Amino acid sequence: MSAVLEVDGLRKHFVTRKGFPRPKTVTVRAVEDVSFRIAEGEAFGLVGESGCGKSTVARALLRLTEPDAGRVLYRGEDLRTASGAALKALRRRMQIVFQDPYSSLDPRQSIGSALVEPMRVHGIAEGAAARRRAAALLEEVGLPPAALDRFPHEFSGGQRQRIGIARALTVEPELIVADEPVSALDVSVQAQVLLLLKELRQRRGLSFLFVSHDLSVVRWFCDRVAVMYLGRIVEEGPAGRVLADPMHPYARMLRDASPVPDPARRAELPRILGEIPSAANPPSGCPFHPRCVHAMEVCARILPAWTPAPGEGQGGVACHLHG
Amino acid sequence: MSAASDSRTPAEAVAPPPPAAWKRALAKARSNPTTMVGALICLAILLGAVLAPWIAPHDPAEQNILDRLLPPGGDYPLGTDQFGRDILSRLLWGARISLSVSLSAIAIAMVIGGAIGMVSGYIGGRFDLITMQVMDVLLSFPSLILGLIVVALLGPDLVNLIVAIALTAIAPFARIARAPTLALKERAFVEAGRALGFSHTRILFRHILPNITSEVMVMATLWLATAVRVEASLSFIGLGVKPPTPTWGGMTRDGFENILDSAWLATLPGLAILLLVLGLNMVGDGLRDATDPKLRNE
Amino acid sequence: MVFFFVRRLLAAVPTLLAVLTLVFVIVRIVPGDPALVILGDQATPEAAAALRARLGLDRPLWEQYLSFLGNALTGDFGNSLVTGRPILAEVGAVLPHTIDLTVAAMLFGVIIGVPVGIWAALHRNRAIDVAARILSLFGLSFPVFVSGIFALLLFSLHWRLFPVIGSANLDDPADRLHKLVLPAVTLGLVMAAYITRVTRSAMLASLSEDYIRTARAKGVPWRRVVWVHGLRNASLPIVTVVGLYVGILLGNSVLTEIVFNRPGLGKIIVGALNQRDYTMLQGLMVIYCFLIVVVNAVTDLLYGVLDPRVQAT
Repeated sequence: MSAVLEVDGLRKHFVTRKGFPRPKTVTVRAVEDVSFRIAEGEAFGLVGESGCGKSTVARALLRLTEPDAGRVLYRGEDLRTASGAALKALRRRMQIVFQDPYSSLDPRQSIGSALVEPMRVHGIAEGAAARRRAAALLEEVGLPPAALDRFPHEFSGGQRQRIGIARALTVEPELIVADEPVSALDVSVQAQVLLLLKELRQRRGLSFLFVSHDLSVVRWFCDRVAVMYLGRIVEEGPAGRVLADPMHPYARMLRDASPVPDPARRAELPRILGEIPSAANPPSGCPFHPRCVHAMEVCARILPAWTPAPGEGQGGVACHLHG
Repeated sequence: MSAASDSRTPAEAVAPPPPAAWKRALAKARSNPTTMVGALICLAILLGAVLAPWIAPHDPAEQNILDRLLPPGGDYPLGTDQFGRDILSRLLWGARISLSVSLSAIAIAMVIGGAIGMVSGYIGGRFDLITMQVMDVLLSFPSLILGLIVVALLGPDLVNLIVAIALTAIAPFARIARAPTLALKERAFVEAGRALGFSHTRILFRHILPNITSEVMVMATLWLATAVRVEASLSFIGLGVKPPTPTWGGMTRDGFENILDSAWLATLPGLAILLLVLGLNMVGDGLRDATDPKLRNE
Repeated sequence: MVFFFVRRLLAAVPTLLAVLTLVFVIVRIVPGDPALVILGDQATPEAAAALRARLGLDRPLWEQYLSFLGNALTGDFGNSLVTGRPILAEVGAVLPHTIDLTVAAMLFGVIIGVPVGIWAALHRNRAIDVAARILSLFGLSFPVFVSGIFALLLFSLHWRLFPVIGSANLDDPADRLHKLVLPAVTLGLVMAAYITRVTRSAMLASLSEDYIRTARAKGVPWRRVVWVHGLRNASLPIVTVVGLYVGILLGNSVLTEIVFNRPGLGKIIVGALNQRDYTMLQGLMVIYCFLIVVVNAVTDLLYGVLDPRVQAT
């Protein structure tokens, strides 16, 4: 299978200067050496606790924030060096769906205008034709064409999220970056939006980068998954394997912390150890070692190397236990 | 279920778009008696200014040696000045200067200051820091002093007066436009626009500008009152539009010289200025209360 | 605290430099040759050249700029083109009058504005509040010269309570005060109106906070809640407005001084304008800016005293 997107050594640091008279430079290492690839038609999940850098990865891919280092190849074309018309063309291929449906739509723009504008900018359609396409897109995401003349504040969160998805589809992308697309919605609405995304994926043959903190959602939606901790990917592999039988102690902790549908097993819920350290001051060696129950002397000193998991296509892990 | 899902009937399909926020604010302001009184005052003065050539009983520049310093009454409803000119006619014509100078000055300040604030906030970083530092310096000059200096250096005429007053109001408009821009550019719809390949110009003018206009318009009403006051003050000092063009500030100064025996000469134009400034402040206040979410509960 | 103080003063330096630069630029971009403006169109080229040399206008621009900065920072603004006396001496002679006026107006504004604002806030939406709001709207709308003329007509000409001409003898406190009352009240009227409004809304905001409810629930007397807890937190916006308003007071004092015929910066500036006293104007601009920068710095310092959080940032 050919790769739609290849990310290699992506890095993003946020630098702030604080203090007077001698300002101190604080560097937040939000994303540190992140690499992965998304195959044609695949849904790739990126999971981790809040603050682990997963949303920064999503935003850096689209250059909504400029990455500091690394390569982002879209079907072999480098997104990081693209500019002007080339960047505009690449952006057409990749679209993003945001977490907060309340801030993702311009409050002063009618739904119809919000859907037609991207088509016009990219020269896809104009006038009545564009409006027809917009109506069809609304139909596709489950909203009536009458919504075209309405404004965002007239819609519920779930409906706005559908509109956001329709807007992403206006430019006929091949890859959708979904940044926590359902976590701001009510649970009952989450399922509908997830079903819509899955349906679109099948019908349009879309590839997905699906960013979420919710393991059960990722398990349901994704083929492969990467677990991020403090800006780094600590484990990657097929969703079934990584989420059911993780190799990395952190991934195991995440799995054990996510709600279990079986009440009989609830009593065994493990305790979460410690709090997530600051990305401004990451621990030495393996970033997870201060919270890890299996921590060894070497973990505090040396960053564990990437080790492939046994078996073809089973991904890999960065942990000294598996070195 | 909300609006969209039950709106498949044709009648609702063509429902008009919801009113923009400022229209809603206007509706709210309409229920406030202070705002309405203020609006009536402003409207009356505006009518007087527009209709001056037709409703003024006399030529505002016509000097009548025989009718000097007449008290109100008779042929001259509000009396005459030391040259025998009709006060009422001069007040009506003076309203034109007051309104046209302040309206054009504020329009200029709104466009330039608003653009500076919006662009600066959108670009952010060091550019924003420096721009705002410059605006703060400009802001630290009291409007009257700044206006005084600029008119004094450029020379008193209509255009320079407008430029000077506009200059004093640029900084506040830059600030009022910048604050909401900073908040808006963090909103996901701006990022969505960038991801969709929109140019910065498009995002600024199609998506940020419409969302900050109500704040800027309210500010404009309030600053219009200040502009009227500064124009009148400059005219009073003698730096306004040159005589014999009637201006309220200039009339007050002329009347002030005869204050011992003809008090109405200074008080009538003074009252006119007070009335216009008051009216504008009343309207601006009402609009601000109606649009400011913090004051909404009051 | 000391550290904060020093830091704030240092922060004022760039502003001051920027202001000085602005003044330099404004004066230089004015169309026309200042020498010809001063001497008139009939001046001989030799006379104009001599004046230019005397003003230093024949030197390169950067040299003019540096010497302007250096002189301004040492308080040397040159001599008046009209009287030939040093500008600092001319200004120094009348500055006490302007400071008297501005400070008195500020005090009037605070003494009237704060209690009325609190009173209105405590009687929200009742007759007192409505009256306070309407009156403050009026006060806010009075151009200073109009209120000055009205005051003069009523109190000096009609009731003869105060003198018409306000040139006070600085060494006679009673005379100084007597001649100060009317101009100060006139000038302070707008400020009182403004402070009333700000105090009212700041008090309303402060009194709706949770800690006020907690204090009441704990049984702290209402009077104490209002004056100690409420006012303390409402004081920040009030201080901000007072600081902002001192600049406006300085500006408006020009009008007050004309109406009441008082000596002061205002009269000097108008005189300099009429006589095209170019060095005087430049010096006055710098002095005004300096006063305003100082006031802003003091406001910020007061902030630090009133709100410990400010020091931390």
